[in-house]
Amino acid sequence: MDELIKYAPDLLLSFLKNVQIAAVCAVLSLILGTILVSMRVSPTPVLRAAGTVYVNVVRNTPLTLILAFSALGLSDTLGLSFSQTPSTNGFWLVVLGLSAYTATFVCEALRSGINTVPLGQAEAARALGFTFVQSLRMIILPQAFRVVVAPLGSVMIAMMKNTTVAIAAGYLAESAFTMKDIFDDTGVSIPIFLGLIVAFMAVTLPIGFFTGWLAKRLAVT
Amino acid sequence: MTETGNATDRQGALVVLDNVNKYYGNLHVLRNINLGIERGEVVVVIGPSGGGKSTLCRTVNRLESIDSGTITFEGRPLPAEGKGLARLRSEVGMVFQSFNLFAHKTILENVTLGPIKVRGIPPKDAEKRGLELLERVGIAAQAHKHPAQLSGGQQQRAAIARALAMNPKMILFDEPTSALDPEMVQEVLDVMIELAGEGMTMMVVTHEMGFARRAANRVVFMAEGQIVEENTPEEFFTNARTDRAKDFLSKILTH
Ligand SMILES: Nc1ncnc2c1ncn2[C@@H]1O[C@H](COP(=O)(O)OP(=O)(O)OP(=O)(O)O)[C@@H](O)[C@H]1O
Ligand SMILES: [Mg+2]
Repeated sequence: MDELIKYAPDLLLSFLKNVQIAAVCAVLSLILGTILVSMRVSPTPVLRAAGTVYVNVVRNTPLTLILAFSALGLSDTLGLSFSQTPSTNGFWLVVLGLSAYTATFVCEALRSGINTVPLGQAEAARALGFTFVQSLRMIILPQAFRVVVAPLGSVMIAMMKNTTVAIAAGYLAESAFTMKDIFDDTGVSIPIFLGLIVAFMAVTLPIGFFTGWLAKRLAVT
Repeated sequence: MTETGNATDRQGALVVLDNVNKYYGNLHVLRNINLGIERGEVVVVIGPSGGGKSTLCRTVNRLESIDSGTITFEGRPLPAEGKGLARLRSEVGMVFQSFNLFAHKTILENVTLGPIKVRGIPPKDAEKRGLELLERVGIAAQAHKHPAQLSGGQQQRAAIARALAMNPKMILFDEPTSALDPEMVQEVLDVMIELAGEGMTMMVVTHEMGFARRAANRVVFMAEGQIVEENTPEEFFTNARTDRAKDFLSKILTH
């Protein structure tokens, strides 16, 4: 228990990094996932193919490899740099890799949602003169989102937990690495383990409850 | 009302289908279709299931493409894509068998969305006109409900109001009453009969003889992808020329 109290400030600060990464990734992966699913259902074969290839490659690659690619491939080899400060640069490399990865799950969740929207909805939109993008944005996606709110919640929970492999992109400021660092000094501490688990659950449980509640509410109307 | 015309009249028709053919794979669903529809004319399309009636209807606003022949609207070939196609569709209304109202929008939003987003009409004006149209089809009280809260007949009348809101030059109806409970059929037909009386150009796939007799200028009988007979409603139902039509009529009359 003493170790937990002693290291609590360090752990808390680094856990906040996990939350920050997750918050930015949530926004980016929802945007990118929506773009990807738009490509996958678009009438243009090239866009459809590009979307399909992207999703299948990225979704089936281990996240640690994607993060390593983000750090080594994009940053070191191609010289992509977000900031002079290494920790800030690392933060954005993690965000980039994790968003690119999570977006594929967002895309597939949305696609299953789109499949539940009756064909007649898109047909009626086309018959009114809506373009593909208008019909997707105003008619199809709003209905698709409603049915996949709960699955999207699961995607976000997984993404929050996935922030703990940020080390794969060379990012050392998040909580799982901090914990290991502390264990190297003091030996394994069960209270620290439990403390960190509680911290994660304090974020992920509400995501689950909220999306579950939202799904029920949206299902009524 | 214009008479069904000869070849020269057809040049002035609103829609002209000339030698139209369409295939689904090996299935030849439209065979050498020649058909002109005058402005203000109401054409009823009737025929056995699978005969190609829906397909014919859907080629006119190009929800389905054709494989050969030409279709012109106001003398110009149907645009194949892009802005031109979107504009054509906004000028040709369509009412579906299963209503297809936007499920997540209110009835009023269903009616105003097209005018606002496609035509660029200010929301206030679109709403005012939308409410007038809902009034006209008798469902103004439902304006702020969602489609699922309405009866089938009310939903179909909302769908007609949605089509009218675009100020279309023509409306296509694909079996607008066949998904309805019997007691709701008439309320929808009444709206359609009124529209016909006001001079709206309409192509209506339906087996409702009452409607055809009261509102149609012409009946087109389709089977196996071909137009087998064109006739006036009265003649068609009492004294059809072709055996194929007589046979079909004897079946729907005795069912
Ligand atoms: N998308 C499609 N792909 C393949 N075949 C189709 C498709 N749509 C229709 N068909 C076939 O084309 C033929 C004509 O269909 P269509 O829907 O136009 O007939 P219909 O006269 O409207 O029939 P119904 O009275 O049953 O509505 C049918 O044999 C049908 O099975
Ligand atoms: Mg049909």
